[in-house]
Amino acid sequence: MTLNLAQSWQDALDKVRTWARLNSPWLIHYNSGSCNGCDIEILATLTPRYDVERLGVKLQGSPRHADVLICTGPVTRQSKDRLRRIYEQMPEPKFVIAVGSCAISGGAFQGCYNVIGHIDEVIPVDVYVPGCPPRPEAIIDGVVKLLQKIGKQ
Amino acid sequence: MHTNEHTQKAETFIVPIGPQHPALREPGHFEFTIEGEIVTAASVRLGYAHRGIEKGTESRNWVQNLYMLERICGICSHIHATAYCLGVEQLAGVEAPPRAQAIREMVAELERTHSHLLWLGEAAHEAGFETLFMYAWRDRETVMDILEALTGNRVNYSANLLGGVKYDVTGEQASKIEQGLDYLEERTRHYLDVVTSDPVFIQRTRGIGVMTAVQADRLGVVGPTARASGVVRDVRVEAPYAAYTAFPITPVLAQAGDLEARFVVRLRELFESYGVIRRILANLPPGELVLKRMPRRIKAGEAISRVEAPRGELFYFIRSNGSDTPDRVKVRTPTLCNMASVLTLTVGRHLADVPMILVGIDPCFSCNDRGLVLKRGADHEHWTWDRLRQIGLDYYAGERGSGGVGGTSISPAPLPPCPPALLTGMHV
Repeated sequence: MTLNLAQSWQDALDKVRTWARLNSPWLIHYNSGSCNGCDIEILATLTPRYDVERLGVKLQGSPRHADVLICTGPVTRQSKDRLRRIYEQMPEPKFVIAVGSCAISGGAFQGCYNVIGHIDEVIPVDVYVPGCPPRPEAIIDGVVKLLQKIGKQ
Repeated sequence: MHTNEHTQKAETFIVPIGPQHPALREPGHFEFTIEGEIVTAASVRLGYAHRGIEKGTESRNWVQNLYMLERICGICSHIHATAYCLGVEQLAGVEAPPRAQAIREMVAELERTHSHLLWLGEAAHEAGFETLFMYAWRDRETVMDILEALTGNRVNYSANLLGGVKYDVTGEQASKIEQGLDYLEERTRHYLDVVTSDPVFIQRTRGIGVMTAVQADRLGVVGPTARASGVVRDVRVEAPYAAYTAFPITPVLAQAGDLEARFVVRLRELFESYGVIRRILANLPPGELVLKRMPRRIKAGEAISRVEAPRGELFYFIRSNGSDTPDRVKVRTPTLCNMASVLTLTVGRHLADVPMILVGIDPCFSCNDRGLVLKRGADHEHWTWDRLRQIGLDYYAGERGSGGVGGTSISPAPLPPCPPALLTGMHV
């Protein structure tokens, strides 16, 4: 959003924006070829035991409403274009969390012919959460690390 | 699987769903042709999660494959490993010790518990019953704790080894499991009560997606989806494997064939699982966990291994040429068998019922995406079997030639002409 404002107003607006972003990051989840393990752990993170919604995090249906893209799995040839498209549909500023070993390195599927590789070969990644699959605590930690990173910017 | 020719009329409209969609946790693409609110045709395109695992097995040794095949599906990982181990043991002419077989069955039933509770939550979510979703997932954490205590991981527990299992059950763990089962049994009884008596929920399930026994047979559906239509199709009963002879289960059936019956069957199956886990814990056979010696090279031959995954029959074909890697591994997963029923049952229903009917088969795309459905030719996003095969061949030829790894440098082969509206499901 570009507005012609005086510098002081612009600074104040940026502050409010960062504050809002830190308090309610909306997530969109895309599985680009994962085994499901990470996906069910992401869902477990949203449900009562771990309840990441208490941090203001909400899982979103549409890329156009999302701040954070949470990706699982290696990138397959079929889903590469779709992953890039979802990323491009998200409004700026946008952040990406890669969840699981496959999203980081291709994991167990390294060398399979339909696997292109890891997420950051296709889109830039901000936070990596390792594990096969990562525990919900680790995913929460990843979200918190991302929020800290946004706060510092 | 079939495809429908979309005849564009003034009042018809095609609703695309996926591959990224709030109602889908995994990538899959559906197109529903609707007239008003009524679905008149349905088609599916799968393959977004196709990774080339079956071909990949041929470049890994027997032990490495165990870990990759376990990751075909994160929800039913143990049963994939069990099917593979049973097949390889059959080829090698060995059998895991009785204690290992019993532990395999116990972990498989714990896995079924977590899978069915997960499904209950997902299905409730699709019906808009968020409270049930949250409660089911809260209670599912009990069985996740049990699995973690037994094996050290919540998902992909990796309990199997070729020739046995890795983890034993101690007395302390057994009493923890018993406590967990008591709690889950009480909760499951409550959920069974909810899904059969909540008037709003019943409106979304009773009489919807009805599949008769004849239809179920003709569509070749498997697992709880078939059993909810009164078809006895359960490998645990028909061809007992692991320890199912010593610790049998009774198949749970329902006759109605609608969505409600699928809820009832899956929930009542949980009681069977709790019962059999308790029986195993009380009568765990003594002895070794794993064979003293398991050959690194497996004798040449072919083996078929069938097991009952939470979603239905899981089928493994394994061929060995006597080396330390398999010659061919073919996997057939239950979701692909059940997918045809979604396309059939949604036609003639309201669009609003579609997510419920889809979730009724408990779809798992990462399992079934070793298969590929071809729909139209010219679209670049549709990959033919020939093209995929050519990519596979080029990929491995390139790897051998240059010694390089990673697939980024290989450009896909040009798209060969594809017959219009190819109606076949290709298995890769």
